[in-house]
Amino acid sequence: MTPISVVDIDYVALAPVIIVLVAAVIGVLLEAFLPEAARRSGQLLLTGSAVALAFLTVLIVAASRPFGPIAGGSLMLDGPGLFLQGLILLTSGTAILIMADRRVDPGGDAFAGRVSTLPGGEEEREVSRRGLMQTEVWPLMLFCIGGLLLFVTSNDLLTLFIALEILSLPLYLLVGMARRRRLLSQEAALKYFLMGALASAILLFGSALAYAYAGTIEFAGIAERISERTTANTLVIAAVALILVGLLFKIGAVPFGQWVPDVYQGAPTPVTGFMAAAVKVAAVGALLRVLYVPFGGMRWEWEPVLWIVASLTMLIGSLVALAQSDIKRMLAYSSIANAGFILIGVAAADQVGLSSVLFYLLAYSVATLAAFGIVTMVRVPTGEATSLEQWAGIGRRSPLLATAFSLILLSFAGIPLTAGFIAKFGVFTAAITAGALPLVIVGIVASAIAAALYVRIIVRMYFTDPVSASAGVASPSPLTVAGVGLGVALTVILGVFPQPVLNLVEQTSIFVR
Amino acid sequence: MTTTLLLLVLLAPALGAAVLLLGGRRTNAWGPLAAIGVMGAATAGALALFGAMLTRPAAERPVGVLLYEWLAVGDLRVPFGLYLDQLSMSFVLLITIVGTLIHVYSLGYMAHDPDRRLFFGYLNLFVAAMLLLVLADNYLLLYVGWEGVGLASYLLIGFYRRRASAATAAKKAFLINRVGDFGLSVAIMVMFTMIGAVTFSAVDAGIVAMPGWVPLVLGLLLLLAAAGKSAQFPLQAWLFDAMEGPTPVSALIHAATMVTAGVYLIVRSAAIYDLSETARTAVIVVGGISILFGAIVGSARDDIKKALAGSTMSQIGYMVLAAGLGPIGYVFAIFHLLTHGFFKANLFLGAGSVMHGMNDEVNMRRYGGLAWVMRLTFITFLIGYLAIIGVPPFAGFYSKDSIIEAALAHSWTAGIVAWLGAGLTAMYMTRMVMMTFLTKRRWQPDAHPHESPPVMIIPMALLALGSAVLGYLLVMNDAFEHWLEPVTGFVHEDPPLAMPIVYGITFGVVGLGVLIGVLANLHPAAEAPTRVNPLVRAARADLYGDAINEGLFMRPGQVLTAATVITDRRIVDGAVMAVADLSTGAGDQLRRVENGFVRSYSLALVAGAVIVLAALLLLRIA
Repeated sequence: MTPISVVDIDYVALAPVIIVLVAAVIGVLLEAFLPEAARRSGQLLLTGSAVALAFLTVLIVAASRPFGPIAGGSLMLDGPGLFLQGLILLTSGTAILIMADRRVDPGGDAFAGRVSTLPGGEEEREVSRRGLMQTEVWPLMLFCIGGLLLFVTSNDLLTLFIALEILSLPLYLLVGMARRRRLLSQEAALKYFLMGALASAILLFGSALAYAYAGTIEFAGIAERISERTTANTLVIAAVALILVGLLFKIGAVPFGQWVPDVYQGAPTPVTGFMAAAVKVAAVGALLRVLYVPFGGMRWEWEPVLWIVASLTMLIGSLVALAQSDIKRMLAYSSIANAGFILIGVAAADQVGLSSVLFYLLAYSVATLAAFGIVTMVRVPTGEATSLEQWAGIGRRSPLLATAFSLILLSFAGIPLTAGFIAKFGVFTAAITAGALPLVIVGIVASAIAAALYVRIIVRMYFTDPVSASAGVASPSPLTVAGVGLGVALTVILGVFPQPVLNLVEQTSIFVR
Repeated sequence: MTTTLLLLVLLAPALGAAVLLLGGRRTNAWGPLAAIGVMGAATAGALALFGAMLTRPAAERPVGVLLYEWLAVGDLRVPFGLYLDQLSMSFVLLITIVGTLIHVYSLGYMAHDPDRRLFFGYLNLFVAAMLLLVLADNYLLLYVGWEGVGLASYLLIGFYRRRASAATAAKKAFLINRVGDFGLSVAIMVMFTMIGAVTFSAVDAGIVAMPGWVPLVLGLLLLLAAAGKSAQFPLQAWLFDAMEGPTPVSALIHAATMVTAGVYLIVRSAAIYDLSETARTAVIVVGGISILFGAIVGSARDDIKKALAGSTMSQIGYMVLAAGLGPIGYVFAIFHLLTHGFFKANLFLGAGSVMHGMNDEVNMRRYGGLAWVMRLTFITFLIGYLAIIGVPPFAGFYSKDSIIEAALAHSWTAGIVAWLGAGLTAMYMTRMVMMTFLTKRRWQPDAHPHESPPVMIIPMALLALGSAVLGYLLVMNDAFEHWLEPVTGFVHEDPPLAMPIVYGITFGVVGLGVLIGVLANLHPAAEAPTRVNPLVRAARADLYGDAINEGLFMRPGQVLTAATVITDRRIVDGAVMAVADLSTGAGDQLRRVENGFVRSYSLALVAGAVIVLAALLLLRIA
């Protein structure tokens, strides 16, 4: 009988994940045992403190723990992983602030009172009359965040897949829980689930092929096996292709991101912001690790594919965004286009590329969250004013909100002195250093197209007279103000004084293999 | 001390803009005055810097101030640094002095506009961006100001938002400027790739060791950028539409400052152009075409502001042409830029004063005989007129004549174009004066022209003073050549003709232009004649600049957008999506799911996976 080897686990290094997941379990128990009146505040307190504590723990771990594999080699503790964990917790925390707002919607928060009720039915009216709220969203959020934290530190293909499932399943539910336009929301959830399942299957299949090739699922082992080979093997090429597709799906790159507009439009807006920010950060983080660590030796194979995907993503994202009349769909396509810009940095495939991507993720995610936070505030009586028509003249009635949104849009457009400019400049220079000048030219063209789009919205807000169906601006609670304010402030600060953060990403941008 | 003053010059307008734009209605009452106050402070700072610079010997005049290191990516270090030398000093003085006068004038012109606080906020923002543009010590920071100028001009052109045409014009200006910005951003990327730096000093030093194509490519890219911002052929179309903005804006942005940014860029990049004959030739060609293009359009337009816009394009063409001549021309390009800044602002403000008295009428065919009603406006306008057509001793004479001589020294073609432009300028400007101030009255029944208030007249008078004496002041003892030579270099070359002959021909051409202008416009019709020769028809349509732009940029863009959308909607998503509108009812929404959208998405996903796989396998074989 072989002895059972006990895996030595560094619980401190693992603490951020543990804190979030344990809090999620406690959250489920709270649902069962807390009286209904106390549930919401209890859940909020738990969720908020868990995320804040986990963020602090990340800082402590970063300062005190040696880098290297942890939890028996399933996870990797290194600079990019910790940076991404911190970023995920930061964006999740901001998303939670916006999610917790119950003032902008007179009916309650952004989620349906009872998701199980039939849309438009008698029961639903009864629920909204009693002002019920679905508090299960908070444990769901925590599970999802836990999955995200694992996703960016996974050190083998199986952990990667499990983390993907942990983060995806709660998301499918969260997408379907919108208070307003519930059918659209439920449809989005179903679509996301079906598509997500397909993508997961593709990723899993790719992982299986990689195992068949390398005889191991560990990243380091795969990398070693690839470096030993003399000729390329069809098996490993198929593995790379399928894993790449599975991850590009989550990132929303063209042509794998068709679900993005539908799902972003249907999901409750704070959840959309969370997906566009935290989930995208995690997906890019996982893609970076997978491409750089196990498949780094095959750079010459996957790089051209990324070039094409990045070009298509930027161009199609920007062009189609121009044709949108719905603000959430527009932001969805804009997030697709941004994914393309991120892929430019990924394709650079070196340390400068990695650090530029990390900076881009920070700049993009805080701005995106703030953008969706602002969308929740602009309302008509039936819900959010998602039609761009209804945004006419917002700048006159609510100059502060319009200024904030304009700053965010200018950052998306890459206008100097905003974070978006530094971020774009970073990925472009990284790509040029790596010899990808054509890709950068496509990027500049795409950003010129996109700029027209963003400026069009600014015009709509400032220079168009309000139409009769124009939206009003709900007075938000301090929670939303804090969330949006943080995003706007970071957008400006990172544009004017980017150096401390640039130094940080430069120091952290080495994967431990 | 220098640092403090520089920051004062740069930050005062920025602060004004921030207070006015973010302060909301509370600042309505005192906002415009505060905007003028910060401009006054900036002007005082600029004059103090100028005084300090004059006391230093030429070699020690340039000063650089490093505020902090803005960003460092890889090997590239970009400072947030300011650089003040004789070239940027000239611009700073022009921007602050003319800018302040226009601010004061706007106090009267915009007195009745409910949104004038916003207007002044945008004006301050514009000035701040323009100052950053000329004070930056590297191309990336210059690009910040470049974009800022574009944004502020966009806000100002679209200021009359109740007019749909204003919004369209603003959008057009922005989009065409993007084409130019594209040139600048790619140029910066090329600098980074090849030279590894973007500061002016490092690029100037590094470009010398580069292979020949680098200065050529950079020169052409920067020319594209300059053409976009300076409304030079073929990116000129926005300038005419931009006249939709309030007239003080036209004076500030489209005469004195923004359109000069392109000339600044070319002269600032002298080290690059010095190394590429071809790039310089391209600059000369663009400038030459623009001289004639602008002048022809200016001759045919009845809208006084659009005629002046044509004139701006043409005069900037002179500067670009001069800049393309290399060291024999850089100094004169900037010289003409300064005098033009004064007399063109003067003319625009005069046109604004006429419009102010004529119920915002812009059609010169509805003017006539205003010299007797608006005497002061007429006198100041007349001085600007004499300056622009180049009558000695007014400012334009010295600067334009220098360019004509330098152009002749370069080649006969350039010289003849410059002469032709001078004649056309005299013709269309005479036409403008005839139709507006002389000839018989053709006013609309409800027009009651009156002289403008002193708050408008005084800035016009000061600008007129500048238009009258600035040229002489700057050529005295070759003051300006000595001033700018350390920065741009200066080589004097004699034209192939004796000076008296050059002067003679210039005066002859100008005189002929004036004569034609007078004779052809003794009795202008109140309605524009419809039966005109093809040249006039083409000129009225801005020589079909719009059609060309549409064909070159807009149509392909639209087709591309439409095609992408169609591909996305119809082919990829399935035909049903085109039918099912997003806002349809619940049944439709559900049916959309059943109708197989997910199926088609999945198809795309799987197809994508197959393509990626195939591509990777193919790459392996290759």
